[in-house]
Amino acid sequence: MREDHAVVIAPARRALFVRSGALALSATAIALLSGNDSLAQGMGGNAAQDVNILNVALGLEHEAIAAYQLGATSGLLEKAVLDTAVQFQSHHKGHRDALASTIRKLGGEPVAAKPDSEYARALRADTLKSQADVLALATKLELGAANAYIGVIPSFKDPALAKVAARLAADETMHWTVLSAALGQPLPMAALTFGA
Amino acid sequence: MSADAAGATMRRLVAIACAAAATAAHAADAGRGAELYASRCGACHSLDANRVGPLHRGVFGRKAGSVPDYAYSPALERSGVTWNTATLDRWLADPEAFLPGQRMGYRLDDAGERAEVIEYLRQASAVAAR
Repeated sequence: MREDHAVVIAPARRALFVRSGALALSATAIALLSGNDSLAQGMGGNAAQDVNILNVALGLEHEAIAAYQLGATSGLLEKAVLDTAVQFQSHHKGHRDALASTIRKLGGEPVAAKPDSEYARALRADTLKSQADVLALATKLELGAANAYIGVIPSFKDPALAKVAARLAADETMHWTVLSAALGQPLPMAALTFGA
Repeated sequence: MSADAAGATMRRLVAIACAAAATAAHAADAGRGAELYASRCGACHSLDANRVGPLHRGVFGRKAGSVPDYAYSPALERSGVTWNTATLDRWLADPEAFLPGQRMGYRLDDAGERAEVIEYLRQASAVAAR
């Protein structure tokens, strides 16, 4: 890893991630779990559609948690990268818990995680041979997740849930930015590259 | 114009429209479609593995809701839809409008981008799984 990119996950910054991650989770939880009456109502057609979208999002979070677990237990990551991966995984666990809680509030059933072995097969974990391979996989998944959350925003019937999707996309974008820097990839030259 | 003649004319127009749509799809850039597929669809889908969404290789000509070991919505399983250029275009433009009760909330609003992704899927469908 190049020194200038190592700055991204230097100890001081990692401490920042820990703090901001905790803040992000509590804020998300507050937004989702603060007893919004519209969320507490029975599941009509609109709510059923929102639950379907939220369950797809929950599936994404299950996969992200599993992907970071694969990376963390691969033995391929340097300590600083491992610490950051674990921190990002904790963000995804926060997303998972908030999404599952909201789905239940809407009267739905949160989709369960698959066995880790299924995620490993689907993500072709057997092809991960280096730290760069792990980072590339995580970068690809984070970009996809950011785009997915942006892409579903117009489909939500409840604007509060659309806002949650935007906040989730922001977290994924933050992850993508850090991972891309760790890989030495340049920032996008153009504006408005996410969700397009 | 007699009813028979009008019917024949309508059939010819439909055939021309279908041929034009197929030509436009084939003219789409599958390379750009691959990039779009990775960035827009790749969060949930892969060509060769069921993930959050079902695998896509072989989607052309396949009955909707028929990939083994993937838990589809009843709406998709019962749809009777066969995936081709036209049905994929309608699906990607607005899945819920096409098949109410399905679970995909993502849309590809740009018709040109849909054509490129569909062309990529058409070409990928013709290649055996890795």
